Amino acid sequence: MKKTFKTLRAITNDKTLSFNQKARYLSLEAENMLPYPDLDAETAQALDQRVICDMYEGHAPYKPRYVLPDFAVVLKNGSEYLELPIPQTLDEAINTLMIAYHHTPSVTGMPVYIGQLDDLLLPFCDHISDDALYRKIKLFWRYLDRVLPDAFMHANIGPSDNRVARTILRVDAELKQIAPNLTFFYDPDITSDEILDIATANIVECSKPHIGNHPVHVKNFDERGYGIVSCYNVLPIAGGASTLTRVNLKEVAKRADSVDHFFDTLLPHYMELNFKLTEARVDYLFNHSNFFDSFLVTEGWIDRDRFTVMYGIYAMAEAVNILQDLAGNKGCYGHDDAANQIGYRMSAMMEEIVANRPLENVWRGHAMLHAQAGISIDDGATPGVRIPYGTEPDPVTHIQALAPHHKHYASGISEILTIDETIKNNPAAMTQLCKGAFASGFHEFTANVASNDLVRVTGYMIRLSDVAKFQACEGSRTNTTALGAEAAQNTGILNRKPRVVGNELAPRYGQ
Amino acid sequence: MLRATVNKILTYSVVDGPGNRMVIFLQGCNFACAACHNPYTIGVCDDCGDCLPVCEPKALTLQSGKITFDATLCTDCDNCLGICPISASPMVQQMNVDDILEIARKHHPFLTGITVSGGEATLQLKFITALFTAIKADPDLSNLTCFIDTNGHLGPKGWSQILPVTDGVMMDVKALDPTLHRTLTGQGNAKLLRAARIVFDAGKLYELRFMAAPDVNDTEKEITALADFALSLSPQIRIRINAFQLHGVKGKARDWNAMDKARVDQITTRLNAFGLQNIVTPAMYL
Repeated sequence: MKKTFKTLRAITNDKTLSFNQKARYLSLEAENMLPYPDLDAETAQALDQRVICDMYEGHAPYKPRYVLPDFAVVLKNGSEYLELPIPQTLDEAINTLMIAYHHTPSVTGMPVYIGQLDDLLLPFCDHISDDALYRKIKLFWRYLDRVLPDAFMHANIGPSDNRVARTILRVDAELKQIAPNLTFFYDPDITSDEILDIATANIVECSKPHIGNHPVHVKNFDERGYGIVSCYNVLPIAGGASTLTRVNLKEVAKRADSVDHFFDTLLPHYMELNFKLTEARVDYLFNHSNFFDSFLVTEGWIDRDRFTVMYGIYAMAEAVNILQDLAGNKGCYGHDDAANQIGYRMSAMMEEIVANRPLENVWRGHAMLHAQAGISIDDGATPGVRIPYGTEPDPVTHIQALAPHHKHYASGISEILTIDETIKNNPAAMTQLCKGAFASGFHEFTANVASNDLVRVTGYMIRLSDVAKFQACEGSRTNTTALGAEAAQNTGILNRKPRVVGNELAPRYGQ
Repeated sequence: MLRATVNKILTYSVVDGPGNRMVIFLQGCNFACAACHNPYTIGVCDDCGDCLPVCEPKALTLQSGKITFDATLCTDCDNCLGICPISASPMVQQMNVDDILEIARKHHPFLTGITVSGGEATLQLKFITALFTAIKADPDLSNLTCFIDTNGHLGPKGWSQILPVTDGVMMDVKALDPTLHRTLTGQGNAKLLRAARIVFDAGKLYELRFMAAPDVNDTEKEITALADFALSLSPQIRIRINAFQLHGVKGKARDWNAMDKARVDQITTRLNAFGLQNIVTPAMYL
């Protein structure tokens, strides 16, 4: 108890956290005083040793990790519970969304998905001038960043070329805010070259948006569609992900005495333990927490049957290099074809295991494989299947080395390409890289340009100037700067060539 | 079969023309610029063998009087470049058109086009003409644009051969004063100024490149002359100002000062004042 009090006191008296940030950390401490959902001894031990990991989501999952409400429903019907009439004008539609976001749960308490904004708002734009639309979107954008200051909050636009998408891109480049994060869906049959050029010029300007490979995602989902949320998580709309658990491939590889031992015995073994961990968490959410009694379900924003689970893996680079050592081979992950082939084999095998392991209370009856992009306390473990920071080859070689992995990770995979700033005189090169990446099988294209203040830490944005301020103990307005600062210190993300990138989530106070 | 002497091929470059480009650096140059940033591309190896003793991994050997290079043994120490008495490189490859098409095919989705650079690419005019012609004729590759990065030291006959299969030319202007130009490069500039006009008239002058070095070629007289010449082509002509940096430079330009952003901005303002509207400045300074 004494230790607990000490932690709680440290939170309440912290100099750098806002009162909202303190309230969140206090609530996490409270939740974690509860016993963990029942795990068998072997699974508990693997979790304790962090061979498998629950992302520190908390001991009592009383809300899904990621929720993607079908915001079209609330715009069409209003909300009885929230006493919202059906919106008739653009102002009313935006206002309705702003209210809806406050009722959208997630692991962090902030919404991670704010909708396919062009589809949602276009029907209200018929009599709105370009200038009025620009001013309204700008105020909307300012509201999002100031009131919901979390870089995991994610807006989607595209694939069509339309006024709302163009205005959002214009405002986003102008304001250079951390929030919201933004993905543009690209479909070569639908998207105009012109709006793709605007999007890639924005990347050069402010490292946003991500570009999503729309045709490949569409195939993996159903007619209700998908959204890209938080750090590149691709999930069903009107549902989401109940939980995200993950296997640390480096820890698995460290326990192997040969390559065969890893593939034949250890990987299937630890993957099964991670399924058990997942089941325990899903069971609590569905059978004990009463979450699905919410108006979100009765009013049709979400559907209990549309929640998948994300089956994460990470530290593939370290795992492959360990296996190369065991086999007496020299080549490194990301640079050597034989090393890369071991990685592709891992991805294919894990996809098959995930597809064939039935799970209850999970959309389509099985999990979706995910290349997990790291959290701020990860040390010596590279996110997902990425090439370790500071050792990446040129962007084209980089893409070619990792492209064969992408098809295996239906719920999201991401690489961050760091591009030197000479590209500022030549944004057409960014467009070409993006098209090349998609033609090679990439599911998502994300790039940082070296000199931008606004940079990406594994999937979300931070401002380098905020990190410097935070480290000087002045505190930061946005939740993710703290994560970025922690990630920068622990994971070497600022060593990235030429700089930055790192993490997804601050799971606990005081790491 | 037609072969080129290739110093290096890059499949990712954003500074050699529009979009992402595959760049083929051809060996050998007819200028000897004081400010050359890759002087080891100037000469053509004469198999003297001076580099053999400094090549520790024995990637270089002498076989039947010819230097042979085994890239798999090379450790990139560049000792051979340091000792070469004629600013050449023994680490070159002989490649034919098909070799290069094969690389282009492998990277095709990422490429906006290809650029031949050097050295001085037009010294291997027959080869680049054959290369560009082959790209235009290949259904898989014909969407790639073909650019030349050149010092312009090529006569009208040469241009009439290569321009029909060329999409764009980037041409260096080191100085407008002929004497200064000769001091800086070892050659006069009449040929290149004429070439710039020929290429411009063909609608293929993508940009003029002005390598500005403080107190060397950034005088008011030089800037005025550059503006006059550029205006005689078009006020819209794209002029890229490259800021002289010491990286890679050997010889007398080692004593020059690096060009800073403040001075580049002054030059830009001056050129704008003359009515030139399309000045591109460096995205970064080292």
